[in-house]
Formats: sequence, C-alpha cells, structure tokens
Amino acid sequence: MNLVTTPNLPDPDALYAELAAAHRGLRPAESAALNSELVLILANHIGDAEVVRAALALARA
Amino acid sequence: MPYDYRPYPYSPPPGLTTPEGPKPVIVIGAGPVGLAMALELAGLGVPVTVLDDNDVVSIGSRAICWSKRSLEIFARLGVGARALDKGVTWQVGRTYHRDVEVFRFDLLPEDGHRMPAFVNLQQYHVEEYLIEAALAHPLVDLRFRNEAIGIDQTEDVAHVSIRTPDGEYGLRAAWVVACDGARSPVRGMLGLDFEGEPFEEHFLIADIEMQAEFPPDRRFWFAPPFHDGQSALLHKQPDDIYRIDLQLGWGADPEVEKAHDRVRPRIEKVVGHGDFRIDWVSVYTFQCRRLARFVHGRIVFAGDAAHVVSPFGARGGNSGLQDVDALGWRLAEVVAGRAGPGLLAAYDRERTFAADENIRESTRATRFLTPAPGGETDLRDAVLRLARKAEFARPMVNSGRLSMPCVYPVPGHDDARLPRASRPGAVAPDAPQGAGFLLDRLGGDFALVAFGEAEPPEAAGVRPLVAEMNDHIRARYLGAEAGACGLVRPDQVVAARWVGTPEPDAIAAELAAIREGRA
Repeated sequence: MNLVTTPNLPDPDALYAELAAAHRGLRPAESAALNSELVLILANHIGDAEVVRAALALARA
Repeated sequence: MPYDYRPYPYSPPPGLTTPEGPKPVIVIGAGPVGLAMALELAGLGVPVTVLDDNDVVSIGSRAICWSKRSLEIFARLGVGARALDKGVTWQVGRTYHRDVEVFRFDLLPEDGHRMPAFVNLQQYHVEEYLIEAALAHPLVDLRFRNEAIGIDQTEDVAHVSIRTPDGEYGLRAAWVVACDGARSPVRGMLGLDFEGEPFEEHFLIADIEMQAEFPPDRRFWFAPPFHDGQSALLHKQPDDIYRIDLQLGWGADPEVEKAHDRVRPRIEKVVGHGDFRIDWVSVYTFQCRRLARFVHGRIVFAGDAAHVVSPFGARGGNSGLQDVDALGWRLAEVVAGRAGPGLLAAYDRERTFAADENIRESTRATRFLTPAPGGETDLRDAVLRLARKAEFARPMVNSGRLSMPCVYPVPGHDDARLPRASRPGAVAPDAPQGAGFLLDRLGGDFALVAFGEAEPPEAAGVRPLVAEMNDHIRARYLGAEAGACGLVRPDQVVAARWVGTPEPDAIAAELAAIREGRA
C-alpha cells in the first residue's frame, strides 16, 4: 500500500478542528505526550511499516 | 552464605626451566568462555594450554542468566547437570510500569526440551564447575597466575610471553584463542580497537542475601514507586541471593554510589525492609561494540574480548559460549588437518553476524531504557502509558530481548515444506528420544539424521542416525512430510536438510563446502 497524499477525509475541516481542540488547555509537555500516543496508535492501525516510513519522510521533508 | 573464594594452586610451569614444545592451542583467560573453549577443544581431542593471570573465580555474581543454548553447551562439556541442579530455573519475564504489569514474555512456551529457557547462577559457581572439569581433563593444562604479557606471530606460529610469580617464559602455539574479557589485554597488544557505541547511563548492581519467597521470574520495573523515576531489575539466584539492578542516571558518581551506606537505603526501598546482607556492589556503564574481525592470523578472539553488549538481554556470557560453539569444532578440524585455515573465516563470518544481532538487540533495549531527552523520551513514555490500556503497545515495551541462539545465514540445501524451526543455520531443536533427548545424540561430529520414512544414506565422514518418531519430532522436523533428513554440524547447527533421502553426492558436496569455509 502507498501512502495516501491526496485528500482522503470526507470532512477535513471537522477532523482538523477535533485534533486542534484536543490540545486546547494542554501544556506543551502534555501536548507532546498526546501526540506521541496518537502516532503510535495510528501506526499500529496502519500496520504497514512502509507506509509509516513514507509518512515519516513526508513529515521530515 | 557468602561464596568461599579459594585460590587454586599455582605450580611453576616447565617452561621456566626448559623450553616447552609448540602447543596446538593456547587459550588466554580462564573465565567462563576461556574455560568452555578449553573443555570443548579437549573434548574433540585437542590438547589445550590455558593461561590465567589470576587464581580465583570471578568476584561478584556478574553473568548470572544462562540461556537454554548455554545449558546445552554446558551439558556437552560435562557441567550441565550441576548448573541445572544448582541454578534457579525460570522462563517468564514480567515487566511493570509503576505498579501495573504491562508486558509478560514466556521464553519457552513448549515442552519436549531437556533444558529450560534460563537458569540464574552466579558466574563464580559456573567458573568453579568448569575449573573442576578442566583440572580433571587430561588434555587441559590449566595454568593459574600465568599472565600473558606479550604476543606476536608469524604466518605459522604465535608466540606468547608469560609472567609468573617465579619469573617469565615463553610459549609457542599454532593457535591462540583470546578469551581475556571486555578489557582484553591481547586486544591491546595487537593494537586493535572496538567499533560501536558507548552509553553514558550509570547502573547500580547489587547482590543481596535475604530470606524471601520471591518468584523465580525475571521482574523489571519502569518508574517503580520504590525507585524514583528510574528503572529496576530483579533476579533470583541460588543461596538466597537476589540481584538488583537500579538505573542511576547520567550524572551518577560511581564511587559515591558504591558506598554501602548509600546502597542500603535504596535496596530497603526495593525490598521493603532492612533484613538483608549486601554481598556485592558495582556501578557500571556499558558499550555495544565489537572488533571489526575476530580472526587475526593465528590469534582468534571470542567472548567479551571480541564483542560487548549491555546486560539487558543476557547476551554477554551467552553469546561468548555460542562463540565457543562456533569456533571449537572448526579449530579442531584445522588442528587435525581435516580443513584449512579458511574454515576459521566461517567462524568470523557467523559470529560477527551474531554479534551484530546481539548489538542491535541490546542497543534497542538500552535506548528504550535510557531515551534521549525530548521527543524520544515522549515516545518511550507514550509506549509505557499505552501498554496499560491497549494490547498492541505491550510488545513494544523493551526491557531487554533475551538471548536466543542466532540463526546463521548458511547456504546449505533447504526445502521450505519442512518446519521453520529446523531450517539450515538454526540449532537443531531438541526433542525427547527414549529416556533421553535428541541433542544428547548430536554434537562433536557431523551427523545425518533421518526422520520418519527416510533412511540415512551411507556417506563418508558422517555418522548416520535414525530419530525415534514422536509428536515433537513431527512438529519440529517433518511438518506434513512423511520423511526427511538433516545434516547436523558438530556444533548441533543444522547445515542442510532434504525431504526424503538425499543422494550421497549431495551430502559430500555440503561437507566439502563447510570444510572449505564456504558454508
């Protein structure tokens, strides 16, 4: 499976708002902890190291 | 009871007065690896001279976790039963975050093996058993207080300069095996350096004697309530001795931390009382590094002299014994003239491959234990928190992946229809055979083992063997096939295997490739 880099969410504004809201009121360390857990949960859900590697490369680019 | 460190007798070696003839093999260092090396070679008919600068066993428990493979090697060397009787047997590792268990592993979830997954046994006991076996063996010449102080070599011979309480002398040898430990003086004499990564983190290691009903399981804690924010490891040993490893952090001063009045309150918090005796304390940092090559002309390195790893994974002493496994029969073949020195290149190839695997595994565990500040620590802590609430994160919790024998990338004939457990490059899996076990019948020579409906063909230089059929043999060697044959090396590693019965020519070709060091 290839990393999807084209729009893939039915309502991107709504999900973005939910992700952003999750950080509201958090201190930087708490936000970092939340994001770290999220990365691990999503990586496991994807279940394909190649896709996660491609995502990592895109994030670092 | 504290261990009774008795000195072994020194006697002036003959070389002090009259030059001695050349030796087939000199082993430098009488730790577990050097002693095992000597017994292995002697068992294969090769006379061995062992030099050690000291005359007592190692001080402190040091290497304590002996793997199933090490126990199988000990059995071959004649000390397996003693190690098993004395040691604390375990196979389950339990890992906690704060006070909640987040991961559990079982290192031997199947039966039908003679040896358990692990025993815990202090290094001094192991050395004592090996020394007694070596002293009793007519082919082992064990010389205490004989310190190797110089070494040089030509193409054909190595020369070792030796210091004793009565003066200095020299010995020549066709081969020298350096088993002189992590700070190997021989490595220094040859001007060789380790390549790899040192770690800054300090750990406190303590043996305490106390009466307790702790389970034999390996127990590891991340951020336990009894050791503020750091990690802790607890192992049970014989003689009511417990091993405690405590992470101290980067800034720790070893001299300060070793003081008993400093150690005692830390241990009291771990065990919940003060009713114990401190037997041994050390503070250590560690490295995950190795020599670029293990064979340097006539001088061959094994054990910590060749490679060092962090202790989380029990890959130090155990991998040293696997070096002995891979080197002993090859050196014996070369000494006997049945193979050229090219065979030792295969030792170098297999054991540097294994060292890389051990270094990779122990480096990963060490990084998980001691993540860099910032995002790496965030990620590590996230794994620990997730492991409390989601199953997927539990196998990511890494407190050390324990030593299993390496599966070598050998090119011998294979058939993918047969079970993966017995593929070429793997140690032949054990299985019950009559009143004994399969591994008792393998080792020391090349064997061709027939399983199920197969006949072992006659082939020169190979001992034919018919395995008794049972469910374990079927699961580990046959799968759905009716018959199969496996060629097993003297170190009990499967070299090649076939469905049905192979042609004698095919076996001869495999043997030739092995002896020439190509396989």
